[in-house]
This record gives sequence, structure tokens and C-alpha cells, in this order.
Amino acid sequence: MAERLPIAAPPGDASDAARLRFRDPQRARALAGRLRELADRRSHDPVSLMHVCGSHEQAIARFGLRGLFPPSLRVIMGPGCPVCVTDVPEVDEAVALARQGIPIATYGDMLRVPGSAQSLADARAEGATVHVVYGVDAAVALARETQGDLVFFASGFETTAVATAAALLAGPPANFSVLSAHKYIPPVMEIVAEMPDTRIEGFLAAGHAATITGWGVFERFVLRHRLPVVVAGFEPLDILAGLVQLLELVLEGRPRVVNAFPRCVTREGNARAQETLWRVFRPMGGQWRGIAHVPSGNLRLREEWAGFDARRRFEIDASELRDRAPAGLAAACRCGDIMAGLASPADCRLFGRECLPASPVGACMVSSEGTCRIQHEYQGHPRWEAAP
Amino acid sequence: MSRRERPRGATVTLAQGAGGRAMRALIEEVFLKGALPSARPHGAFSECVGLEAQDDGAALRLGDRWLVMTTDSHVVLPIFFPGGDIGRLAVAGTVNDLAAMGATDGAVLSFGVVVEEGFAREDLERVQASVREACRESGATIVTGDTKVMPRGELSGLVLHTTGLAFADRVVRDAGLRPGDRILVSGTLGDHGFAILAARGRIELDADLRSDVAPVNGLVRAALAAGGPGVVALKDPTRGGLASALHEMAAKSGVGVLLDEAALPLRPAVQAASELLGIDPLHVANEGKIVLGVAPEKAAAVLAALRAHPLGRDAAVVGTCVAEHAGRVLLDTGFGRRIVTEPEGDLVPRIC
Repeated sequence: MAERLPIAAPPGDASDAARLRFRDPQRARALAGRLRELADRRSHDPVSLMHVCGSHEQAIARFGLRGLFPPSLRVIMGPGCPVCVTDVPEVDEAVALARQGIPIATYGDMLRVPGSAQSLADARAEGATVHVVYGVDAAVALARETQGDLVFFASGFETTAVATAAALLAGPPANFSVLSAHKYIPPVMEIVAEMPDTRIEGFLAAGHAATITGWGVFERFVLRHRLPVVVAGFEPLDILAGLVQLLELVLEGRPRVVNAFPRCVTREGNARAQETLWRVFRPMGGQWRGIAHVPSGNLRLREEWAGFDARRRFEIDASELRDRAPAGLAAACRCGDIMAGLASPADCRLFGRECLPASPVGACMVSSEGTCRIQHEYQGHPRWEAAP
Repeated sequence: MSRRERPRGATVTLAQGAGGRAMRALIEEVFLKGALPSARPHGAFSECVGLEAQDDGAALRLGDRWLVMTTDSHVVLPIFFPGGDIGRLAVAGTVNDLAAMGATDGAVLSFGVVVEEGFAREDLERVQASVREACRESGATIVTGDTKVMPRGELSGLVLHTTGLAFADRVVRDAGLRPGDRILVSGTLGDHGFAILAARGRIELDADLRSDVAPVNGLVRAALAAGGPGVVALKDPTRGGLASALHEMAAKSGVGVLLDEAALPLRPAVQAASELLGIDPLHVANEGKIVLGVAPEKAAAVLAALRAHPLGRDAAVVGTCVAEHAGRVLLDTGFGRRIVTEPEGDLVPRIC
């Protein structure tokens, strides 16, 4: 319909090559056809597959891939958005610190995550200092320019946790400290697989986290739960090819790990990154918002790093925030069931009423990767092919 | 009640100034609430496109012509950025709002300057030089002005305020789209917003990100000459980017808009930055672009006229209006279709 202009660099440029290889609609349609063919073999209930990564959901939404999935295939977004699973008390700690006058630096999408009474964006509107940074290095640089304390409210899975760890090992200034809300992904897959009503028949694992942990980390999981795992990348073709392989394994009843992202992921992973991670952090049990208590699911600073641990450096009193929490709303939020694949946003009585992108109750409505947020934007109607 | 103890929603947030839904809600709840009956002027200006239209500016009927009026406050950090500065931004922003109503010639401007005590005089002169240059490029004239100095700390650096007036023979609204009309953009998208993000210095991008800030009245003049009444809608896609502009146009016109992703003109640096930061270039501000709704039979002529202009070389037909999905903007990615959302609050990079 419209005239086409070259978007990327001229032919021969690396970015153009990448676009052609991983963003080829022709190949995408071929893979979608294969998905349909496989899904049609299932005569009873639809096949439910879960991905555990916000970046997968982002790519699925960004490229409109849901329109390519057959109706008998359900691709559910699991607890893979680190922002979404950051628990209320963790947000409260950051908000309380900010309200005590301590400058906070954090990732942009953490700003709107609701705590008991306030988000960091609310605290900022009332005068607290909250900086948005693109990475831990920017937070360290801010600390160097700051006279008093600067707290980095750190979130993300093992991928970003390694960066936080490296920044601490590199010797940050003494006024820098970390409030860690980092999470570790492998244990939560166990939780979801063990949920009594779970209908998940296979997992699409996050390629970037697996570059650190290696795909070998999933072997034990497969043995224990008899569910296949496919490690996939984030380009549209990566995701479609990963789903095809996962669906094949499900239909053939072959629980095993397949690495569909071999250009980045090895069996052993990045040993140096793992060493960096575990030198600074230790796994601890903790609540993931709306999901469950996840044993070893939280990453906290080790004893040796107490001097850089905001939890040990400051008296954080968030009780006042909890007292102000609006009663009832948070209790009615079904983010947990939704992230576990047990409920859809339409099952939640807050969805689209009290809980909206501009005033989210649950974390699934906060992040652009949250299931409720995506569902809200699509208005429950992900297929737009009917238009001329 | 102390400042600290106000309930949620009691204070204005940054998100409400970002050009999306949150800002429109603030405008409607505070400024338009109960104002509509009295918003219609009496006397000489009784025939007008006024506040209720929430267009790029107002248009007041004077005889057989329209006097178009717009007003704008300008704050930007940093004041000097790759591709321009606050002075150029102020003139271009005002001239472009007028042009987006169809008033492309002979703009007169008022110019208000609020300076913080301690601001370098040399910088003020630099800003003034680019104000002059932007006036020269656009044919605008400053006919009245005002200067204030505020004590240090009471504002950050420099705030400019402008009002613009110009005549139009025909007012082009943002609400004129009909099914079948083509959507054109005059060039690459998101250049200004990404240049500002990069210039704020918290992000190391080894990329040539330059603001597109420029007066586009000449470009609009050329488009109107080529398309005549076939140019049915115009919009200045500033804050909130193309997404916000098209949402407003689609909602007011009662049509859906279907965009073709492959046709969207994007600089490679903007494309790369947007992928890296997870910020949709459709959500990012432009300061030297125009969005046009054009009748299908005139689309080729308008496109050719835009491309013949130095500021319109990358112009493209990027979409079509449809009768379905009224008020929505859809994007065909080549893989499938998705909704183009309106930016929700201020733009922040994603973590994962």
C-alpha cells in the first residue's frame, strides 16, 4: 500500500544483515504454518506453553506475533518480568528511603511499580529525588558526583545482577549502596511446575539469562518435572523457531532441554559472570509479588558487602506506608494467578476498572511487559487481521 | 495538610506533562472542566475553532480569512543540544503549530523570556542568535516581548514563552481524516526526543543523534500548494510523537489508522537507540516534522512536493485510514498487526 523507504543501513551493513536473518516475515510465516500444523494434531485441550521472560513478551507484542499463533496454542507469560515480581515490601523500602531524603537511582520501569501506598514516581512528585538510570554504571557515576548518599534500587534477573556485582567489585565510591531486588529465575520455574492446577506443558526459557547460567542449569528441572525446556533468543524468528521445537517436544512426549539460541548460549554458560555473581550475591528465599515464596529466588548482598548494602546501612521504616495502604484493592489483585497461568486478566475484577495503566494496582499492569498491561492495550482482541 | 501527606493524585506528576493520555486527562479535568460554555468567545471572534477542539492552535474568523493563534511555553534541558537550542525550539514550535492549522506565512510572534539569576549572558546571546536565525528561516517576526529575571533556584536556567499569530485562507484541522485517506510524514521520526535523551548525558550512545528542530511552514506551504483541499488534516507530532498525534487525529476523526512499519522513515541511529533502550520511536518527540492526512488521489503529488523540499527528503506515505477500529492506531509489522499504544507517562527505558 505505502511506498517503501529503506529503514536500516544500506545492504552489506551488519544491522541490515541482522534484520534480514532474524526479521524475515516470509520465514516467520513458514514457522507459523508449522506451528499451526503441529497444534492441529492435538484434538483435546489447547497446548499451554509458558515463557518466563519479559523480553519474550515484549518481542511477541512488538512484532504482533500473537496474530500468528494458532488458536489451539496458548503462549502464557510467566513470572518473567523482574519489575512485575518485585514485591510490595521491596518497593516500600525504596519509597521509604526516598521519603527520608536519600536520593535513589533506578531503572525507568521501576518508577511506577506500586508499593503499599506509593510508587517511586509518586514519591518523586512529592519532592523526593529519584534518578532514572540505564545501568548500574550510571548510578555509580551519579554517586561520584553526589555529596551525600546515593542508593541504587537494583532489579532484574541474573543478567543485570551480574552487572551490579561487577560494579561493586570494581570499587564504587563509599557513598554508593545497593538496595537489591534482584531475582534468580531457575527456582521459580520449579514453583510454577509444582502448582497443583498447572496446565503448563513446556517452558520457553530466556536466552539472555541462559548466557550466564548455561542451558545445563535446566537439566535437573527437566528430570524432576518431565517437562521440556527450550532456550530461545529474542528476535521474532528465534521465538517462533523456539516455540516450534517446544511444541514438537510436547507432542512427542520427549522432556528434554533444547538450546535454540546456540549463537549465544552454551551448556556451561559464562563461568566468569557466574563467579562474579556469587562473589557478591547469595540466594535467599523470598516472596515474589503475587506468585509465592520462592526458595533461593531473591539475590541479596553477601555479608562481606554489608558496607554497600542499603538494608544494613540505613534504618528503613516502611511501616507508615503500610498503614496508609488502601484496604482491599491489593488483596483482590490476581497478578499471581495470572503470572502462574492459572487465570487470565479478564478473571480479575479490578482489571480495566480500578486497575489501569495510569493507576496500576498490580504489577502486571505496570510494566509494558506485564500480562494485564498488554491485554489492556489489546483490549482482549489480539487479532487485527480482519481489517482490510 | 502537609505536602508530604497528600493522597495519590493530589500532586501533578511528570507523566501528566508528557503529551499522552495522562496529560489530556489533566487538561480535561482541570482546565476544561466546566469551561466549555464560556470558552466560546463573543463579539468579533464568535466564529472560531477554540479550546474545545484541542487542536494545535485556535482559528478565529475575520471576514473571509482565518486568524490562527497559538501559544507555547518552552523548557528544555540541556538548553543547547545537538541540532539546536531552546531559542530555535521556541520559534519552530510556534511557527509549526500555526502551520499545522494551515497558516504558513507571515507569522508574528510575542516573545517572553524568564531568566534565572546567574545565567551566562553569553548563553543568552547565543539563544537570541538562533531565535533570529529561526525567524529568518520561517519568515516570522517578533513584534512584542517581555523579560523577567528570577532569583537563583526559583527556576532552572531559562524559560521562553511565545504566542504566534498568522492568517490562513483555509483552516486545516486535525479532525479531517476519512476512510481511504493516506497518512504522510514529512521525514524521519523520533530524532528530537532521542537527541535530548542522549544529550542528558546518562546514556552512552555512540551514535549521531541530532534534533530535527526546524520551522516546517515552508514544507507545509508546498504540500498545501500541491494537494489543495486534498490535504484534509495536519498535525504537529511533538511530545508523544507520531503515536499521540495519530491517536488524536483518529479519535477526533472517527477513523482507524493502519500504519506500515516498513514504510516508517527512521534514521539507523534512532532505530538502534530505540532497540537498545526499549523506547518506541513512535512515542518520541519530533520538532521539525508534520503529519498529513491526504486524499488518496493527491497522495503522490503531495509526497513529491514534500520530497522536493530540503526538509522533506525522507517524507513517506506511512499508512491508510480505515473505517474499522475507530480511534485506534494499528501497525502492520510484516509479521502481524499490533496496536500502537499512546505513550503512558514520561518515556523510560526498560530493564529487560
